[in-house]
Amino acid sequence: MSTEDKINSLIENNKIILFMKGNPKFPQCGFSSLACQILDACDANYETIDVLQDQEIREGIKIFSNWPTIPQLYINKEFIGGADIIREMYESEELKKVISGT
Amino acid sequence: MLTSEYIKAVIQKNMECNFIEIKGDDGSHFEATIVSDIFEGLTKVMQHQKVYDALDGMMKQELHALSIKTYTSSQWDKSNMESN
Repeated sequence: MSTEDKINSLIENNKIILFMKGNPKFPQCGFSSLACQILDACDANYETIDVLQDQEIREGIKIFSNWPTIPQLYINKEFIGGADIIREMYESEELKKVISGT
Repeated sequence: MLTSEYIKAVIQKNMECNFIEIKGDDGSHFEATIVSDIFEGLTKVMQHQKVYDALDGMMKQELHALSIKTYTSSQWDKSNMESN
């Protein structure tokens, strides 16, 4: 399976999926930690992929999304953005709306 | 050491900005606020992609942590009016 196929299957099989460094209990970067805190605050039921455990996904997701940084959030197969956009959407309450539509 | 002035110069060289401010002096964590007419009609994701494009591969190399805030001219006028 190609990297692209692997990523496609991850975002197809998980309504809310966060590609992050570390995991929600032990995030390995402040931006990933922030993303988890916000998703928790929205009561989101989300999956995470620790890119530090998978070099292929770590580089592949950057190409897949045309986005050079981690974390990256996908909801309903749509790329929502990185930590800054997640925070802006949380502050404007838009994120809750998107999550409640899953 | 990477400076905010350098990041600002790289972005300005590659993209039209009505306003740009880069904060950060520790050499690795920076915050960008950018107002540009090219953001008009684009989603937030696309606006940030424009900034990443203007950074010309720096995100893959020396620049690890850059927070980005993007505004169109009209959004910027509005947010400034609200804070005044």
